[in-house]
Amino acid sequence: MNLITYLKSKKLITSITLSILGLALVIMFYIINPQITQAVLGSTIRQSTPIILGALCGIMCERAGVVNIGIEGQMLMSAFIGFMVNAWTGNLLIAILAGMATGALLGLLLAFTAVTLKLDQIIGGTVINILATGLTGYFYQAGITTKGKLSPITLGGLAEIPLIGPVLFDNPPITYAAIILVFVLQFLLFKTTWGLRMRAVGEHPRAADTVGINVFTTRYINVVLGGAIAGLAGAFLTLEAVGSFERVMTNGRGFVALAVMIFGKWTPIGAWGASLLFGFANAMQTQFQFMGTFAIPHQFIGMLPYLLTIIVLAGFGGRARPPAAEGEPYEKE
Amino acid sequence: MAERYVLETKNITKNFPGVLANDHVDMHLNKGEILAILGENGAGKTTLLNIIYGLYDQDEGEIYINGQKTTIDNPHDAINLGIGMVHQHFMLVPVFTVTENMILGSEVETAGILNLKKARRQILELSDNYGLNVDPDAVVEDIPVGVQQRVEILKALYRNARILILDEPTAVLTPQEIEDLFRVMRDLTAKGVSIIFISHKLKEVMEIADRIMVMRRGKVAGETTPDQTSQEELANMMVGREVLLRVEKEPAKPKEPVFRIENLSIKKDGERNVVKDISLTVRAGEILGVAGVQGNGQAELVEAITGLRPFDHGMIILDGKRMPTENPRAMIENGMAHIPEDRQKHGLVMPYPLTDNLILCNYYKYPFVKGITRNDEAIEAYAERLIEDFDVRTPSPFIPASNLSGGNQQKLIVARELSRETKILIANQPTRGLDVGSIEYIHSTLIKMRDNGVGILLVSAELDEIMSLSDRIAVIYEGEIVATLDAENATREELGLLMAGSKKERSQAAKL
Repeated sequence: MNLITYLKSKKLITSITLSILGLALVIMFYIINPQITQAVLGSTIRQSTPIILGALCGIMCERAGVVNIGIEGQMLMSAFIGFMVNAWTGNLLIAILAGMATGALLGLLLAFTAVTLKLDQIIGGTVINILATGLTGYFYQAGITTKGKLSPITLGGLAEIPLIGPVLFDNPPITYAAIILVFVLQFLLFKTTWGLRMRAVGEHPRAADTVGINVFTTRYINVVLGGAIAGLAGAFLTLEAVGSFERVMTNGRGFVALAVMIFGKWTPIGAWGASLLFGFANAMQTQFQFMGTFAIPHQFIGMLPYLLTIIVLAGFGGRARPPAAEGEPYEKE
Repeated sequence: MAERYVLETKNITKNFPGVLANDHVDMHLNKGEILAILGENGAGKTTLLNIIYGLYDQDEGEIYINGQKTTIDNPHDAINLGIGMVHQHFMLVPVFTVTENMILGSEVETAGILNLKKARRQILELSDNYGLNVDPDAVVEDIPVGVQQRVEILKALYRNARILILDEPTAVLTPQEIEDLFRVMRDLTAKGVSIIFISHKLKEVMEIADRIMVMRRGKVAGETTPDQTSQEELANMMVGREVLLRVEKEPAKPKEPVFRIENLSIKKDGERNVVKDISLTVRAGEILGVAGVQGNGQAELVEAITGLRPFDHGMIILDGKRMPTENPRAMIENGMAHIPEDRQKHGLVMPYPLTDNLILCNYYKYPFVKGITRNDEAIEAYAERLIEDFDVRTPSPFIPASNLSGGNQQKLIVARELSRETKILIANQPTRGLDVGSIEYIHSTLIKMRDNGVGILLVSAELDEIMSLSDRIAVIYEGEIVATLDAENATREELGLLMAGSKKERSQAAKL
């Protein structure tokens, strides 16, 4: 018993030390080169946005016991639909909503295959991925651009704080939404009745059933809502980050999101930390290529974030414990 | 007005494909009594209670609560009517705290936000009221099974249950925990709760029940009270024929040694010696019982001698040949049969049909192979013969093993293991969780094998089983054999003391 408390306290001390060390490094770099530091950190936040949104989708699904490997496809399809709707209507808000609705619809498809048809969930997710790649590739026409792009909203005085201001309080809406969602979901998951029930459904569906919780409905709601969040990530790509659509532009972010979800131990805040780490690696990678400091081919530098994902998962993934009933269709007796 | 029953069922009938699980069952429960429903596995006890708890719909029949006819479509209805059920496999989320498990589905909340502090207070109050101590902040997977059961009972009481259904509650408990449970049950009935207690253990039913209802093959076979009956009579009612509660056997006529373990030591996790320098000899035609409280190295010992676990020191000699380590097939081919402790995890491949389960040890041999393909005809014929010979009750040899009852699963394993040339049988807890009829069958089969000249190493935590079957008894304590006795001269008290490690302490004291 004492040993456990000791180890826990040791873990806490380690993480506090690491945080202080990181903070000290950031301040040091800021003093040496304020512009680059600010650019890298700003880019970290932007790069992490689609990842954390994808991871939140994963958390919603898996906490209720449904494995969703179709996040990539949900993001890609939503990015495309959001983009097309904007190109037709010229309205950004309608485009975002269309993107979220697309994600939600694909979520509904996954829920139908996984919960009602009780198919293998990996196959259900793969179908979504293939469907999205195929459809968006087929209907994509080169040369269309969005009518306008989501632009940064400056949060008054907060944005004037050196370093922190421009990095955190001068962002476009979906980036803010992602950060707010992290905390909202963390609260919903662990402090509310809804969260307790959803976790019970993901851990021991029969126990939930015997106290009168509807396992099927809970899973449907979660997977559809998760899909909407993945849709928001897709909308981010076309409407906030790039302003146009490219074939397979998600570039594996949906899968990185899954890795981030695992590294964050299926908690929104943990996943956020992990996605920031991934965003940081991505930002560094861009910065290195930009500066041309290294003589190695840029493809290798471009691998950095993905290498990081593999290392992180190999080193830490094994220790995390997924929801016990994940991936298993629930059958009433 | 006449006294009304708190719960009554009339003509409950439930058909499952191929089985009439409940056949016009009439049952009633008085306020504040403990009604034991006794029956073999598959007699329909659990089906009846699942109908009452709303997990199944009955095909026919009515349920009355306090004299009022009601329909119960789901557990929610049952809970609202004051019925609580403690399932045989607990319905607790292992990673949740006691509090979270307790309130799940009936949360204490304000505007959707959990009020865990208030819930915690309510739970402490409730556990005080009923004298059921639990730590509301403990995580369920960290607490002992007996305490988890207490949480389940409290969970039902938290939902204001006045009728409590306990499905085989003692199956997972130690004798001490069973005593605790019985005390709790008596306290509850004194407070006006009515209890239905399901069991197939005669001794327990005689001890705790106010009234006993016996079920057999979906029907009510009889009703009685502990004062009017005896264990023998109950066993006969359950099985529908005369049952021998005591094993009848002739004295053993042991021959040459067939199996020897010499100086076997096993380290677990690379450091702790869980088995220390054990030497045992089993002769053909005798049963050597290994008695001991669970967790004293028996599991590791059995795994090592069946080739499933490496060992650090010592050797195993079967039929005069030294056996290689970690090679189960070598063991099997030299005449070892093994009835593992956990039939579902280690004994059978649950999703496989009975046919495939029956040839797991010899699928690669004539006549089960034809070139590189299976010989399905031969396999089927073999399976059908074994099912017949060992009286496995099944509608077909092609259904998955998971569809069989526990007793029939065990018979299936016995059929597979004892149908080849056997010199030594390692039987680890061969009757765990089985009903009277199946226990009788397994016991008589073991005796028959012994009389046919097979050596048997019987490992069991049930002292009754060890004493009634064994010819010699070795007692294991903390990984060591502390004594080997002749079964004829051994007494319960002596074995109990040895199992508790008293001899070792004494010898240590002597050294000091």
